[in-house]
Amino acid sequence: MRPLRLFGLFLRMSALNELQYRANFWLQLLQSGIAVGTGLAVLGLVFSQTPALNGWSQPELLAVMGVHILMGGIIGSLIQPSMDRLRNDIREGTFDYILTKPEDVQVLSSVREIRIWQAVDVIVGLVVLGLAVAQLQIGLGVVPALAFALAIVFGGLMIYSFWLVITTVAFWIVRIDEIAELFQGVYQTGRWPVTLYPGWLRISLTFLVPIAFAVTVPAQALTGRLTPETLVLAVAFGIGLLVLTRAFFRIGLRHYSGASA
Amino acid sequence: MTTESAALGRPAPPRLVGPIRGLIDIYIAEARLAIAQQLQYRAANYMYMIGMVAEPVIYLVVWSTIAVQQGGSVGGYTPGAFAAYYIVWTLVRNINIVFTPYGWEDRIREGRLSAQLLRPLFPIVEDLGFFLGWKPVVVLLWLPIALFLSLVFRPELSPSLLQVAVFAVSLLGAYLIRSLNQSSLGLITFWTTRVGPIFQLYIAAELLLSGRLVPMTLMPAWVQSLASFLPFQWTFGFPIEALVGHLSNEQLFGGLLTQLFWIIVGAILVRVVWHFAIRRYSAVSG
Repeated sequence: MRPLRLFGLFLRMSALNELQYRANFWLQLLQSGIAVGTGLAVLGLVFSQTPALNGWSQPELLAVMGVHILMGGIIGSLIQPSMDRLRNDIREGTFDYILTKPEDVQVLSSVREIRIWQAVDVIVGLVVLGLAVAQLQIGLGVVPALAFALAIVFGGLMIYSFWLVITTVAFWIVRIDEIAELFQGVYQTGRWPVTLYPGWLRISLTFLVPIAFAVTVPAQALTGRLTPETLVLAVAFGIGLLVLTRAFFRIGLRHYSGASA
Repeated sequence: MTTESAALGRPAPPRLVGPIRGLIDIYIAEARLAIAQQLQYRAANYMYMIGMVAEPVIYLVVWSTIAVQQGGSVGGYTPGAFAAYYIVWTLVRNINIVFTPYGWEDRIREGRLSAQLLRPLFPIVEDLGFFLGWKPVVVLLWLPIALFLSLVFRPELSPSLLQVAVFAVSLLGAYLIRSLNQSSLGLITFWTTRVGPIFQLYIAAELLLSGRLVPMTLMPAWVQSLASFLPFQWTFGFPIEALVGHLSNEQLFGGLLTQLFWIIVGAILVRVVWHFAIRRYSAVSG
């Protein structure tokens, strides 16, 4: 379990580093608070005009919002920082230093940067989810809870795969800084269940940018809408995507020309 | 260029209201620079734009769904009217993209402002010119996106000539109001280099009070009256509704006048904040 040990090591290092800047925790909490407040206002506005949106009640959409914030925290703390650094390293040639280390290149590039304060959103998302589940009044059984956890893990792995694939493109096209803006924009679609969107968009948000698996499916698990087939599909698609991503990263690696060349 | 070298001979303090002729030359030079720079990064511009288009598409889908559920329309808006509103939104938003407080944060934290202060030119004039010059490129790149969205979402839009004219002028007004306000906000970085939460609060207020989220008529009455005392709706709601709504002639021209009022307020505010802010500036080398 070398990848996990490496991950633990980098987590400890960034925790030690970021604990020096404790004010950042409060700033992050303030920003999360503003985001939640805005989200609640939008939900309130929608439900002042209609009792249910495409069959989703207010607490159910609150659950979607909770998962969206939680997954946003996972992306912001675990996925995006390393990908940003990888992109910069490829562009500036400092990626050389990674290649000289006696570890798996993909693993090392994927765990190097962790921003612990961003994980405040994971906690805020869980709080919102707790409120939603309490309002739903259907309780939370062991099976749905496990299905939710599984869906979150595989959803996160799919978003990671997606990020690594687009970052790998940097081996060919050097300047792809705006990819982060593009992802942030598209990720906002996850604030609502993907079933709301027209067919072409729904399919893109499922298989092209796996937001459906990352946000809608976990929310379905908590609101009693998840079928076993969907969960199996999520796990199978997640594994397939991981394998493909690894292959693509290796192809990209061969195109790296280095800094000193 | 000539303006700069001529001005270098006789150093003058930065000022906003200079000789009109000189200012126009500067704007043209900045605009050329912006066009040349941004045309190099077409792909980057496009990625940014597609990321931005996601926002109105989300609102459009949500509110069209509600309209259909409520028997065809909500607050007087049919799905076709929502489509028109949010597609025009994308153009207004693109025109509205200005130098953000985060830009000020970088500029001040890294000390790049020092170099700008040496020039005999108010830095905000540079920003205004540069972002305005970028706009023709933006509009050019926006056209295919608008075409695509129109084919998919079928907007209902039949503006009069007067509406088109007022819309065009109001775009400039919206750009200036938003630029000036965000510059004032950006100047806060002279006091604190962490402008994130303040800016986010501003964006949240804008979202709810400008017509960026939904047409203002869908908002509760108290939100609408609160918004009427603030500049936000003159940067989103007014330009969009000038084109897609049913505003009377008085409302159209009154709107332009209100925009002018907020431009003046914004210009005075940025001047006053600058006056106090610049005293606090210190940089490590440059």
